[in-house]
Amino acid sequence: MIEGHAAIEPPPGVPVWDVDPYDPQTLADPDAYYAELRAKGPFVYIPRYSVLACGRHQETQEVFSDWERFVSSRGVGLQDFKLETPWRSPSIILEVDPPAHSRTRKVMSRVLSPKVANALREQFLVAANKLVDELLEKDSFEAIAELAEVYPTNVFPEAMGLREVNRRFLIDYGAMVFNALGPDNDLRRNAMAMGPEIVPWITRQCKRENLRQEGFGAEIYAAADAGEISEDEAGMLVRSLLSAGVDTTVTGIGSALWCLATNPGEYEKLKENPKLLRPAFEEVLRFTSPVHSFCRTADRDTEVSGVEIVAGTKILCVLGAANSDETRWPDAGRFDVNRRPTGHLAMGSGVHGCVGQNLARAEVGAVLTAIVNKVDKIKLNGPARWRPNNAIHALDTMPLTFTPR
Amino acid sequence: MTKIIFVDFKGKKTTIEARDGDNLMQAAIAGGIEGIVGECCGAMMCATCHVYVEEPYLSSLLERSEGEEEMLECTASEQRTNSRLSCQIKIGPDIEGMIVHLPEEQ
Repeated sequence: MIEGHAAIEPPPGVPVWDVDPYDPQTLADPDAYYAELRAKGPFVYIPRYSVLACGRHQETQEVFSDWERFVSSRGVGLQDFKLETPWRSPSIILEVDPPAHSRTRKVMSRVLSPKVANALREQFLVAANKLVDELLEKDSFEAIAELAEVYPTNVFPEAMGLREVNRRFLIDYGAMVFNALGPDNDLRRNAMAMGPEIVPWITRQCKRENLRQEGFGAEIYAAADAGEISEDEAGMLVRSLLSAGVDTTVTGIGSALWCLATNPGEYEKLKENPKLLRPAFEEVLRFTSPVHSFCRTADRDTEVSGVEIVAGTKILCVLGAANSDETRWPDAGRFDVNRRPTGHLAMGSGVHGCVGQNLARAEVGAVLTAIVNKVDKIKLNGPARWRPNNAIHALDTMPLTFTPR
Repeated sequence: MTKIIFVDFKGKKTTIEARDGDNLMQAAIAGGIEGIVGECCGAMMCATCHVYVEEPYLSSLLERSEGEEEMLECTASEQRTNSRLSCQIKIGPDIEGMIVHLPEEQ
């Protein structure tokens, strides 16, 4: 056993690469690691964690989407739930396979459908306009603490119907869940240390009585009333909203601001043609890969691109590397709002594709619309710093100035 | 390769040669068709690859799945009896020359 999963021998012909994908320096600035991972072959064997890693688009997509051969039920981090008990009860939508997955997924797809997201657009835009107006009053502001973290924690708990909002807990719980996917390093240990304070609060908010009668939470409990899922399962699905619905969107907004602040020419194109906002956010996702890596576990002996993979192998799917694969996206290192990068893996792919993606797009779309309508220039006032996380590539701090249009 | 004709909401026609085995959404993106977005890339999550398929091609397609029916309830432009998600249409010789109309909005 190593990091909670079975150790494997390197498969024949697969390069052995003694790299630490979870090194804080690499997590903060991963491009060189991504490039070398792709250059070495379709898969590499990483001895210190005894995993295979893939970073070319083709194989990453194949492993990531084929839920029959590469399961999620054994955990999407390094730990194999078949061999070890995870820190919390497994998610009944993320860490589960069909057919059990299909039942819970159906409820969540309905609760977070494009129709629901569209209906929220107007109220999301009102909130975004207000926030951008406030920031325009300041000479300089901290883009992560004052915008990226504020906006989703204003609108998402409201749309969910949470009665009590604790911004710090909501953000830190997401970071905990994602850090838990990595090895037993400082990031994971520090995240786990926050558990005793945060987890009981999160668990309480998932209960029916702590959710208002309108919102995603109530809709999920309505599915329990209709007999589609049990009362306990409804609580677990509300927990999934809190695990995956806040930190990810915070990251998406922060990364969008970073892309636009560091590529002023591209921002000018958005101002000239706001129709580019939607593909521009897809390009932000491709270019920054907010979820940089997730694992799958081979549930049988199989083969991908000629590489033998034995049952029980953990495969680190490096989405950030796949999204910067030059063979899929020419000039991949350039942020290009005209690219239309359909097929990026930032929201996953196939049956486990992000179930909240419509909502995420509506939230970020509202923020970008407000900015494009009101802000002439987005100026970076100092270095942007990244906040290392075992699964999320997110900014920590970024001083910005908005000048009015 | 299979010929597909797209007609945008203003009536402008664009013909593409689509690769057999791809789905129509992928073919449209590859062919630079502006009216197809395809945000979820075929996961049946987003309803942004909505199209209207002309007869007789419509009848030759596999029927809508339950998931596609649900997504078609969420389209930005009106749903019609010939509405389909292009990600659910497989390119092949059986649909050679198919005429597909694009909605105003995705």
